Amino acid sequence: MKLVIIDYGAGNIQSIKFAIQRLGFEAVLSHDAEEIRQADKVIFPGVGEASSAMAKLRDTGLDKLIPTLKQPVLGICLGMQLMCSSSEEGNTTGLGIFDLDVVKFPNTVKVPQIGWNQITELQSDLFKGVPEKSYIYLVHSFYAPKGEDTIAESDYALPYSAALQKDNFYGVQFHPEKSSEVGSTILENFLKVI
Amino acid sequence: MLTKRIIPCLDIKDGRTVKGVNFVDLRDAGDPVELAAIYAQEGADELVFLDISATEEKRKTLAELVYHVAETINIPFTVGGGISSVEDVDILLKNGADKVSINSSAVKRPELINELVAKFGSQCIVVAIDAKQIDGQWIVHLVGGKVPTEMDLFEWAKEVEQRGAGEILFTSMDHDGTKNGFANEALAKLSDLVNIPIIASGGAGTIPHFTDSFKDGKADAALAASVFHFKEIEIKDLKNELKEEGIPVRI
Repeated sequence: MKLVIIDYGAGNIQSIKFAIQRLGFEAVLSHDAEEIRQADKVIFPGVGEASSAMAKLRDTGLDKLIPTLKQPVLGICLGMQLMCSSSEEGNTTGLGIFDLDVVKFPNTVKVPQIGWNQITELQSDLFKGVPEKSYIYLVHSFYAPKGEDTIAESDYALPYSAALQKDNFYGVQFHPEKSSEVGSTILENFLKVI
Repeated sequence: MLTKRIIPCLDIKDGRTVKGVNFVDLRDAGDPVELAAIYAQEGADELVFLDISATEEKRKTLAELVYHVAETINIPFTVGGGISSVEDVDILLKNGADKVSINSSAVKRPELINELVAKFGSQCIVVAIDAKQIDGQWIVHLVGGKVPTEMDLFEWAKEVEQRGAGEILFTSMDHDGTKNGFANEALAKLSDLVNIPIIASGGAGTIPHFTDSFKDGKADAALAASVFHFKEIEIKDLKNELKEEGIPVRI
């Protein structure tokens, strides 16, 4: 299986690479359109600020490429947020795959949310073998509200999308690569089951 | 529900853990990677590596260590100690650190916080603050708490938040090493003052101390070193007791 991690200069890719290695797979880092298009599966990572990450995607034309991909694509953290219609962070448009507007948590809670929270209402093979209320690790100030593409929820100030899916596109707000055994099961599901 | 985090801290020098640790099942007591893996397995929510080496050559050793830790463990970790530039942070994050913590360098040049946040995002920038009380006022200290500044803890914490830091790691030098409990009054005041997570550090000696840091100190996470290294407190026991006290923890 050919696995590509989209490399567009945003965030900590090393941890994802290691997590995939621990599962016995190898991933290639690439920003080359042809190489990404030919991959069996694609991981779209992202840590940092939304509008500058979108600018990097536009500079390389990846903003046009990603929504046209046909193979399973997994967006992680900011990657998932960028797959939505827009983000309040830096007031940027997104890739428009999920019809949701990403907004900031209210200041009734500490922002960013940092730490381990639970996922519920699990509705996809991505969560095969993962019990309801499992703990996953998150670090984020902005969130995608619940919508028709929501396949897992979490609760911080309010229930929000912890994971999304539409056709071949998957997104997780949490970091599976940092979420202990639960996270590695979810990554393994993406690699083997989906 | 977001849970309260338990964070063992490992002091590192030249790529090795400094303080003696009392793990009989450890093949190499000085190997931070092996110790980190054990803590991850025992239920630690996060780890902090504090590097106390000074020279450039040793910094390379730290980057290598970070790489091996990231390769091995599947929970987040923060690296701190002597970080003073965007380049320092870039190297550590590229090698797999999830967050970095800065301390003296931020006090000396507060703009560094803004620069790091702009380049890497708030989520990976922790500002560590060491403080102790002098005539009733909490004063920020440098060089591991040895050198007093003229800055007030609470004013500095507010500024740190405004400059975009994602988290504050507050160590009370009055409590550190005493094993008499955390600085809960100051912690609670900090937690009410700023709207970013606060990690409590300094003073852990017993399980109830952790309970108090969350209940009275309103901390979001609690960090400790020796009670874990010397197995005075097992993370599993700690979390079970916290749960019984009604504190949300990941078990």
